[in-house]
Amino acid sequence: MTTTEVPTAAPAKGVAPPSRPARRRREGAAWVFLSPWVLGACVLTLLPMAVSLYLSFTDYDLFNPPSWVGLRNYTQMFTEDPRYWRSVVATLTYVVIAVPLQLALALAVALALKSMRRGRAFYRSAFYAPSLLGASMSIALVWRAVFNDGGTVDNLFGTGGWVNKPGWALFAVALLTVWQFGAPMVIFLAGLLQIPGELYEAAAVDGASRWRQFAHITIPMLSPVLFFNLVLQTIQAFQVFTPAFAVSAGKGGPADSTLFYTLYLYDRGFVASHMGYASAMAWVLLIVIGAVTAVLFRTSRSWVFYASEGDR
Amino acid sequence: MTTATPAVRKAVPWRRVALHVGCLAALLVMLYPLAWLLATSLKPADEVIASLRLLPSRLEWSNYSTALDGVNDVSVGRLLTNSLLIAGGAVIGNVLSCSLAAYAFARLRFRFRGPLFAFMIATIMLPHHAVLIPQYIIFNQLGMVNTYWPLILPKFLATEAFFVFLIVQFMRGLPRELEEAARIDGCGPFRSFFLVILPLTRPALITTAIFTFIWTWNDFFTQLIYLFSPEKFTLTLALRAFVDASSQSSFGPMFAMSVIALLPIVLFFLAFQRFLVEGMASSGVKG
Repeated sequence: MTTTEVPTAAPAKGVAPPSRPARRRREGAAWVFLSPWVLGACVLTLLPMAVSLYLSFTDYDLFNPPSWVGLRNYTQMFTEDPRYWRSVVATLTYVVIAVPLQLALALAVALALKSMRRGRAFYRSAFYAPSLLGASMSIALVWRAVFNDGGTVDNLFGTGGWVNKPGWALFAVALLTVWQFGAPMVIFLAGLLQIPGELYEAAAVDGASRWRQFAHITIPMLSPVLFFNLVLQTIQAFQVFTPAFAVSAGKGGPADSTLFYTLYLYDRGFVASHMGYASAMAWVLLIVIGAVTAVLFRTSRSWVFYASEGDR
Repeated sequence: MTTATPAVRKAVPWRRVALHVGCLAALLVMLYPLAWLLATSLKPADEVIASLRLLPSRLEWSNYSTALDGVNDVSVGRLLTNSLLIAGGAVIGNVLSCSLAAYAFARLRFRFRGPLFAFMIATIMLPHHAVLIPQYIIFNQLGMVNTYWPLILPKFLATEAFFVFLIVQFMRGLPRELEEAARIDGCGPFRSFFLVILPLTRPALITTAIFTFIWTWNDFFTQLIYLFSPEKFTLTLALRAFVDASSQSSFGPMFAMSVIALLPIVLFFLAFQRFLVEGMASSGVKG
């Protein structure tokens, strides 16, 4: 595994098991390589986490020193702030709509591409393109215009402008996310191509239908990748910001229907200068994402199947 | 690469045709927003709204000249330079710092390697917002708000754990014997990193560079928080200012500017799509 314990036949100089000072020098070298990361982890991750926890118990406007208010930010958030709950509902609705749709589409397209002999590389790249472009402000603005009153979707289907309807605006944002199914699709496809073909051959010889092959070979063999995509996309969906900001011009409207959690956090912290309140919101988000990830990991034991358990 | 089509079942030609027809149809729907963007950027003002026609009746190139004038007296040239400066700095920072950390995690032995690696992986899942406000306060104290430092400096400290992970995955695949040979030739860890491992890691480094560029270019939230002088704006921020400042009649110029803002990503994608797609694929599979 490591360079320090390599039994070599050649007694060339420097190959003998390293002496204690040599080992210490090696250890020292490792820390030199790590130093930027260690500095970043301490100053830009651990310290800020501690500070934001502290600030969440204070009133702080960036100019006056923070004043301790105990749990008031949290109680206010949970009991006196209807906008907070609307942002929670909007975010959860969005996660529950966008993530499954996106993953289902990604898997369907990956399955279609897998059985292709020609053109697979072309489609793979073409379907992946929106994943890069879609995160931009440019495309978010296109979305707003296309789903607006008199926009293409309205003209085609007479929907009357989803971005102006409280019940539909969120769905327009979710569609933008679904449109970016290329990134999980690429990961699904790579996973599918690693499943040994012999498994399917054996199953076909035994007379297993396509559906049974899918349920009993593809899904179990793909489950680690499915799990990876599920965790990653869920975490990202909780933090969505740019499209909601663009579609609602930063307001989270109509009727707070696209007031996503991060948008409200930005509004409280950087528009209204309630840094303490925003910090409390950030910590709740951190705990919720941690809890969701933990639950996903726990349930994964029952459905994620690792072919080479010993290697891991 | 094994093709997993069951050999027993003969491939029926019409099935394959149907597959291609389906994929092409899906592709058309998916490319529509891009075509719409391009067409609208060339439409005269009266055709933008309430028109089902995708193509403009005549090409309104003045949209682009209006867009090139920029927003708030800041030209597009300046905005482009600002965006490039930030993205360029981020690329250099990420490639340098992430490859250093990745080498230590992938190839060297040190105390607490296991727990530190686990911590590094955990920070991939850490929501940015949990550290955002104190980071803002720190940069504010340092007098760096409304400069590019808050956008670039963190990249030199390997804060983007996703890329550390990506490079670790790649470096683990390189044969051990390389460093042993280098060591016999008298190379210490530094020389074997720079002379042996780093050149072989080039594909992962290129992937890191391209992703960093595109993600930094697309980033809106961080720029929105840290930059407020119009002459320091990036293209992304200027686009948003454009929307706020103009009425629906200047739709054409706005989308001309959107096209300009999207162009570098499109070019990067066309030039490097192999690295991008494979970089994305390899980040998930071996996890």
